[in-house]
Amino acid sequence: MLSHKISRRGVALGIVAAGTFAASAAMAQKKYDSGATDTEIKLGNIMPYSGPASAYGIIGQVEAAYFKMINDQGGINGRKINFISYDDGYSPPKAVEQARKLVESDEVLFIFNPLGTPTNSATMKYMNAKKVPQLFVATGATKFSEDPKTNHWTMGWQPSYQTEGHIYAKYILTNHPNAKIGVLYQNDDYGKDVYKGLKDGLGDKAKTMIVADAPYEVSDPTIDSQILKLKASGVDLFMDITTPKFAAQAIKKVAEIGWKPTHILNNVSASVGSVFKPAGLENGIGVLSTGYLKDPSDPKTKDDPTLKEFFAFLDKYMPDADRSNLNLAYGYGVTQTVVQVLKQCGDELTRENVMKQAANLKNFRSAVFLEGIAANTSPSDYFVLEQLQMMKFTGQSWDFFGPILSSEAKS
Amino acid sequence: MAETTLAPTAGEAVATAEMPRSLRRGGHIALISGIVFLAVAISIPLFFRNFVVFQFTQMLVYAIAILGLNLLTGINGQFSLGHSAFYALGAYTAAILMDQYSVSYIWTLPAAGVVCFIAGFLFGLPALRLEGIYLALATFALAIATPQILKLSPLEHWTGGVQGIVIVKPDPPLWLPLNQDQWLYYFVLAVALLLYILARNLVKSRTGRALMAIRDNPIAARSMGINLSLYKSLAFGTSALYTGIAGALGAIIVQFVAPDSFTLVLSIAFLVGLVVGGVGWLPGAIFGGAFVLFVPNIAEGVSKGLSGAVYGVILILLIYLMPTGAAGFVRAVLSRFKA
Amino acid sequence: MELLGQQVLAGIATGAIYACMALAVVMIYQAIDHLNFAQGEMAMFSTFIAYQLMLWGFPYGIAFLLTIVISFAGGVFIDRVIFKPIHDAPILSHVVVFIALLAILNSAAGFIWDFTVKSFPSPFGSSPLFGSSLISAHQAGMVCVTLLLLLFLFFFFRYTRIGLSMRAAAANPASARLVGVRVGWMNALGWGMAAAIGAIAGILIAPVVFLEPNMMISILLYGFAGAVLGGLTSPAGAVIGGFTVGVVENLAGTFIPVVGGELKLPIALMLIVAVLVFKPSGLMGRTVVQRV
Repeated sequence: MLSHKISRRGVALGIVAAGTFAASAAMAQKKYDSGATDTEIKLGNIMPYSGPASAYGIIGQVEAAYFKMINDQGGINGRKINFISYDDGYSPPKAVEQARKLVESDEVLFIFNPLGTPTNSATMKYMNAKKVPQLFVATGATKFSEDPKTNHWTMGWQPSYQTEGHIYAKYILTNHPNAKIGVLYQNDDYGKDVYKGLKDGLGDKAKTMIVADAPYEVSDPTIDSQILKLKASGVDLFMDITTPKFAAQAIKKVAEIGWKPTHILNNVSASVGSVFKPAGLENGIGVLSTGYLKDPSDPKTKDDPTLKEFFAFLDKYMPDADRSNLNLAYGYGVTQTVVQVLKQCGDELTRENVMKQAANLKNFRSAVFLEGIAANTSPSDYFVLEQLQMMKFTGQSWDFFGPILSSEAKS
Repeated sequence: MAETTLAPTAGEAVATAEMPRSLRRGGHIALISGIVFLAVAISIPLFFRNFVVFQFTQMLVYAIAILGLNLLTGINGQFSLGHSAFYALGAYTAAILMDQYSVSYIWTLPAAGVVCFIAGFLFGLPALRLEGIYLALATFALAIATPQILKLSPLEHWTGGVQGIVIVKPDPPLWLPLNQDQWLYYFVLAVALLLYILARNLVKSRTGRALMAIRDNPIAARSMGINLSLYKSLAFGTSALYTGIAGALGAIIVQFVAPDSFTLVLSIAFLVGLVVGGVGWLPGAIFGGAFVLFVPNIAEGVSKGLSGAVYGVILILLIYLMPTGAAGFVRAVLSRFKA
Repeated sequence: MELLGQQVLAGIATGAIYACMALAVVMIYQAIDHLNFAQGEMAMFSTFIAYQLMLWGFPYGIAFLLTIVISFAGGVFIDRVIFKPIHDAPILSHVVVFIALLAILNSAAGFIWDFTVKSFPSPFGSSPLFGSSLISAHQAGMVCVTLLLLLFLFFFFRYTRIGLSMRAAAANPASARLVGVRVGWMNALGWGMAAAIGAIAGILIAPVVFLEPNMMISILLYGFAGAVLGGLTSPAGAVIGGFTVGVVENLAGTFIPVVGGELKLPIALMLIVAVLVFKPSGLMGRTVVQRV
């Protein structure tokens, strides 16, 4: 009975993976770097389970649960995944310590999906000097994917923040060419990256169109003052580059003061469960954003056949998780991508081959990707996902509209 | 593994410093434990992997910073929650000098020390008017302001803004058969020992007695002719110098500085390290450094979801067992040993 | 000019948050004579208890009262169980235990209720007050509750026997003991009241900043600033200090060019330090005369 179950899941996964490359790679003879054996693949991971970014720790839990499911089903090409995840508290020096622990003490094959821009910036040089893959970092900062030559061993995953900024610029130029834009942004590299993408995308018009900007610190209790400032500057298009808690505050505050600008919210906070629900669903009606993942809390996805697997996984392995948390889909998607890479590696589980296969994803689709969005990489193109679709909040869920967009300018 | 070897090592180390008066007779104990500590410290890179050597290096760096804080709080009685600022200043001084002016890493240390001494001295001047809780708030403000100032756009040219600065890890001298991690460990150990000896001499000197007199009774000290403002500012400057050098070393071994590395959390870690080691007892710094580095890892090993809670419980238990930190504990053990 | 008015009003609204917290900070300072770094996390945890009670179906009012009772008991418990055994330890050891408490409560809340933001209901509603778009009904309600609380504390400490005993126990434990005050229990009572006021602060703050385990960390900081600015010995000073911090911060962020937006908190803190340099015991604090 067990074997029956495995084969059925295996087939389903195979369809999702759509991989013709797995077969050719599997022909190669067995070759291992440290961290891989006939029976096991050791993967490292670093997450902020404590500290200011602890809301993202759930991603590490999804990944651990997914690998548990893979192992229950017999592993990847017969090898069990040993997933070792450490806490860095979002502190760069701690991240270096944990990365070194994973590489030198636990001897993992590679580090998968470590989270955070400052923390990954701190470890990038070390990982590349050690020639250990720092694969699918959980940040949209452009610097992790833009230079495969210098940083051969580092690769991002999600659409970059600058790409996202570009897409908003394009949308604004087409639909609101005379907008007076006001930008609220988090004063760190994430906020500045999205902002830069927006400015670059607006080009010469950026100077005249952006009439006000206001930074905030993660330590600010509220952003009321910034919003009043933007409103007083005569802004009619509110570009909201904030993380979930502040996004929820912004949506609520904008409604409270009766301000009615066109409101564009960045993808980081496009979660119905952790942003719009606390802010009040009716306050968020009409907010625009972009997406690349399906929202499992959207009632429309309930009967989506491709998401059946995902829901079954949650029911069995994370029964207590809050379904409206968009990070669940994120963790699921990125883990499916890495599983695809490992499948493509076949029996040649060397670090070099891991990077080679990661840079050789062709139209890979995870169950949680939006229709029309796929992962594509090449040795000179480390941007795994580069497409987004505009969407509008209806008061219940997101309505996608317009074409799948990508940005030509990557850096 | 690392922890079990550490405990006896550090335990021996304690007697090297100035002992409380009751123990001064036990000078030979101090000497022996000093030698044992040195022997163990020197042999660490021979027996451990590079990663563990790196951890011990980091521990020594924290110990230097805590030593600096101890000079201020333990010896001079001034409270600071702002030492992450001086640590950051030292780290950025080193990083900017190495990154933009190609200064050798060795020379960044005195530079960081001087810059931080001046900064500390100047900060000490207005802080003179503040005592206790109010000084705590002023230094607290400093700790909060630091990451935000480092991010400031007009300074981005030097600080790298939110991106921080990546620096190159120094190579050992060619004539030494050591790898980078081992070399850095010995380098940091040498700096730590030098700074420790200087601190010890300072405390034993006339200046040190003046500092302690101010701590114990400022008004009496003043009436004995001690220039309160000068000495208090000097204590701030010296303390900042130590912490700044620690920051520079920290930047060199981690190879990266960014505003997020120097938050209030770091200041709090120093304070915890200071108390765990023992306020006013210089060798306690090594215990403090070990606590700051290793206990969060232990806590995480016990429970990932509740690592913070485990850390807190360990901390509380430690304070129950030794309310005055490792200092009191060692004192108690030694006096029983002699009786 | 209109912007100035708006920012001042918004500053008062956020200032109410700080004032609530500052009041709790002063309360515990009165009881134990130092700052409690775990104060914010205690308030956060209390708010989660209220949240949980409401999830279980208790109406707002009952949940509110129950939470205050539970928090009071929790405060007494912390004092009796955690702090009594180390009563004679140095102050810095106490500070470290506060930090430990902070870590435990934060981690436990994250473990039980996870880290995503949650909305928390307001008894006053969030509609604009009198149709004005500048301050919401909840924020106005918060200002009122803070002032009521202040009034209550004023009378409690000045005219009730127990309030006077508490002040005596904190200010001079030895003499208080001699006149028959049970100092230990007064401390415990102080902890309980501080926890209860913290709970009220948390419940009032949560609708504005949303409920999550890290919600209080930055607010506590502003609360400290407000309390210290106003003078740690004066509840009224704390409230005024809290409002002042809120207003100054907003004005700095709006009207100082180039660095204002990025440095509004540091600028506010620098101003406070500057005030303290000239008035070392805060705006309304008592100056303590030192004896040799």
